[in-house]
Amino acid sequence: MTSIRVTETPLVTYVLRRADDALVLGHRLSEWCGKAPMMEEEMALANMGLDLIGQARALYTYAGEAEAAGHDEDALAYRRDERAYRNLLLVEQPNGDFAVTMVRQLLYAAYADPYWRAMMSSRDATLAAIAAKAEKETAYHLRHSAEWVVRLGDGTPESHERTARALMTLWPYTGELFETDAVDDAMIEAGIAVDPASLRDTWRATVADVLGRATLTMPADGYMQKGGRSGRHSEHLGHLLTELQYMQRTIPGATW
Amino acid sequence: MTEPTRTEAAIPLWEVFIRARNGLAHKHVGSLHAPDATLALQAARDLYTRRGEGLSIWVVPSAAITASDPAEKGMMFEPTASKIYRHPTFYEIPDEVGHM
Repeated sequence: MTSIRVTETPLVTYVLRRADDALVLGHRLSEWCGKAPMMEEEMALANMGLDLIGQARALYTYAGEAEAAGHDEDALAYRRDERAYRNLLLVEQPNGDFAVTMVRQLLYAAYADPYWRAMMSSRDATLAAIAAKAEKETAYHLRHSAEWVVRLGDGTPESHERTARALMTLWPYTGELFETDAVDDAMIEAGIAVDPASLRDTWRATVADVLGRATLTMPADGYMQKGGRSGRHSEHLGHLLTELQYMQRTIPGATW
Repeated sequence: MTEPTRTEAAIPLWEVFIRARNGLAHKHVGSLHAPDATLALQAARDLYTRRGEGLSIWVVPSAAITASDPAEKGMMFEPTASKIYRHPTFYEIPDEVGHM
């Protein structure tokens, strides 16, 4: 099945970026199905994944309406290539061990929670409505991942070491959370988007508090990876999309 | 279920109680493993309220529950079986009272 080409106005791009964040992270969490360390966490990971996939659906539908080219949520999710994906590099990083998954969730949720709370005042009524739903979900993701990071960091020597390693591995992907370009500027100007710079202090304070309780040290900001927002991804996204899109690419329009 | 792993065996068991609506009592719904009370509450939310079942959750360490011994059910419960006069079925209820 051939890929679609999306006509990206600033609004379409802006919404697609959020939709791709949610879908890719939701898919990563779904990869834990049947493999979680305990049954309770199996359900927790799946619940968070489903929250995110639900957010993605609403956002894709809106992006499709904004583009007005007849692309529905499925077309946008299943028929765009890797280079057309606009998600953060952070969310496509592999699950690794449980510590990597929880640190990744914490770093994202500590950003997404205040982001969606601020977006509830967006001048765009659809995004404000999506934000109101997403904020409650993300608040729980933040609480759940924070509680685990505290216990892993302040746990056994092995769990501490693994969590510290996860933090070092993922930290270079956190700069992208606060990056802006012409698309963001246009949306901020229009009162549709929040300026991510305004979320940075909240994010740092949340992460610092959790890491402090976890007896972990906040890494210094060194070289930061970027490129996800413009479609330049790490090698991991292609593999993820291969699995995510396989069925619709093979049997277009399949339903069950 | 397979045999619990060593990890599961080392993690305490909790009993979960959910209150579905205001005015109802918390009702036992099942149990789960969690390392502490905070995570037990989160696990209870994730396991037992996925379909809008609850407004309030209690988690109680299973070890804190003192249970009656099933082997003593004769002594504990059978003596009441013959005391039918304890059921409020021997009163004349005036029609005006309606359904009780």
